[in-house]
Amino acid sequence: MSAEFALVGPILAAMFAAATPLLFAALGEAVTEKSGVLNLGVEGMMLMGAVCGFAITVKTGSAPLGLLIAAGAGAAMGALFGVLTLLLLANQVATGLALTLFGVGLSALVGQGFVGIPLEGLPKLHIPVLSDLPVVGQAVFGQDLLVYLGIAAVPLVHLFLYRTRAGLVLRAVGENHHAAHALGYKVIRIRFLAVMFGGAMSGLGGAFLSMDYTPMWAENITAGRGWIALALVVFATWKPVRVMLGAWLFGGVTIAQLHVQGFGIDIPSQILSMLPYLATVLVLVLISRDVARIRLNAPACLGKLFHPDS
Amino acid sequence: MNRRTMGKTLLGLAGAAAIALSVGTAAAQDKLKVGFVYVGPISDHGYSYQHDQGRLAVEKQLGDKVTTTYVENVPEGADAERVIEQLAASGHKLIFTTSFGFMNPTLKVAQRYPDVKFEHATGYKRAANVATYSARFYEGRTVIGAIVGKMTKSNVIGYIGSFPIPEVVSGINAFTIALREQNPKAEVRVVWVNSWYDPGKEAEAAKALIDQGADVIVQHTDSPAPVQTAQERGLWSVGQSSDMTRFGPKSHLTAIVDDWNGYYVDRVKAVLDGTWKSVDTWGGFKDKMLFLAPYNPAIPADVVALADTIKADIMSGKRHSFQGPVKDQSGKVVIPEGKTATDEQILKMDWYVEGVQGKVPK
Repeated sequence: MSAEFALVGPILAAMFAAATPLLFAALGEAVTEKSGVLNLGVEGMMLMGAVCGFAITVKTGSAPLGLLIAAGAGAAMGALFGVLTLLLLANQVATGLALTLFGVGLSALVGQGFVGIPLEGLPKLHIPVLSDLPVVGQAVFGQDLLVYLGIAAVPLVHLFLYRTRAGLVLRAVGENHHAAHALGYKVIRIRFLAVMFGGAMSGLGGAFLSMDYTPMWAENITAGRGWIALALVVFATWKPVRVMLGAWLFGGVTIAQLHVQGFGIDIPSQILSMLPYLATVLVLVLISRDVARIRLNAPACLGKLFHPDS
Repeated sequence: MNRRTMGKTLLGLAGAAAIALSVGTAAAQDKLKVGFVYVGPISDHGYSYQHDQGRLAVEKQLGDKVTTTYVENVPEGADAERVIEQLAASGHKLIFTTSFGFMNPTLKVAQRYPDVKFEHATGYKRAANVATYSARFYEGRTVIGAIVGKMTKSNVIGYIGSFPIPEVVSGINAFTIALREQNPKAEVRVVWVNSWYDPGKEAEAAKALIDQGADVIVQHTDSPAPVQTAQERGLWSVGQSSDMTRFGPKSHLTAIVDDWNGYYVDRVKAVLDGTWKSVDTWGGFKDKMLFLAPYNPAIPADVVALADTIKADIMSGKRHSFQGPVKDQSGKVVIPEGKTATDEQILKMDWYVEGVQGKVPK
């Protein structure tokens, strides 16, 4: 029993790290969707962030600059999506899917010269005494800096959405763009900014993977995490704190199932691989099962096109 | 025509004349055209990269008699058939399709082009003009098993598997047999990530195995993430598909690397001589179809000597990776004393030997 108990700390530590890329991308997408825009291009934006962050860090040796460029690359992808869907009124679902395909291809092209190059990961936090505490030490006080940044973003996004005037306006635009427009709010500009924020956060999520989690560039390094982030947003009913809980749960079950396999417990690995998805969907659906509240949280204008004259 | 374009045209003509002169009497169309179809990008520094190294070896050694073409990143499916057909239709007389999933498309196209020769890697379906080839990767796993058996202190080995297919399962078994021959107390813990290439998941699997006490991480997946993780934790690792030393110089013991250079050169020569036949080639160390990446300098000399002896014995036939008696997990003797596993047994292996924890997922 004590052997299993000693694993609680490492599992927790691994869980926070595994959840981080999902957390960044899903928080960004939550803000985007709250403004009424459905951007399915998260995976593509993450990949562009991953490759640009990695490439800049390799070329300049500066990780902060790499992160900045990663966020910028994600935001640029978001801006491209904005031009197509907000200005040219292209269908959001189709454009989002295209953005993912585009991101997969473009990141592979950009990254051609960067495959097989090793990189030092970002520094880990180490606080004497605290980081060495049993069980929680490594998990709470010994993570990479980006892990803390991701968690810190949760209350910030929450406060912005629900406690600031700008957040209120953003949500109003997502609920009823015609009413917001009639009140004199710049619907398209606000949505543009929200989409770019979503892109920047996705870019950071991707950069966490390529610069820190597994410091390397490989084609398609995100391996579908963008889609999981998208699903998290919906199942968490667009609430930042629930998004975080969902990401932790997903990360936690992912890590736990690997441990179950390592112990040789006789459950087919295919079923175990499915568990994180199953558990996350189940739990989030259960805590959000109140239909009225889902309707209340879902932005009423999500995915609808807006033209000021219509 | 203004002066600039005229200048370009003249340059072009001069260039063409120069090429014609340099080629001389051996006109370009007399050269054998050889095509290669890869499933991944040649920049993957792994599976497709190694196949492309084989193509380059052909160019280098037979460049005056052949020209080569390659198509990378070809998905396994309907697209593959189109790509293979295109190569066949454009005059390629020998086409290598280098991934398991290209099997049926290759056979379909081969039927329509009976005078074109095809070579399909890792498959099992042949035709008069379709040969197959693969490498005995498990032989390499026997050697690393012995090395790891000597290097482990905790006697727990973490093994990251891609998919529970016979190729990977036989690798785990060959590894475990050699491991426990050196170190009967050692055990192997297997984690399947159900992917060939997912750096994030492979790193997570490595961390989980390390947290459970493994001090050596062996992988049968293609990304260097497990090596990176082991390096970060100050433990040993064994790479796969390519030399991954640069991702963990202190951690990387060695790696199992495929080598198609010799095979490709031989097969192209056979077509040139007219001796090409549809055969099934399954080569190991002896046929130079796989080799081990340079050993970590931290491995003691006696362990290196042991590894070299085992490798030499495999090459001379003195030793087989599955030499009886081999017991399965329940203790039942599957390969009796004095016998070795048949190729068919290896190609269909779906059980673990003694010393592996857990069950093969079915």
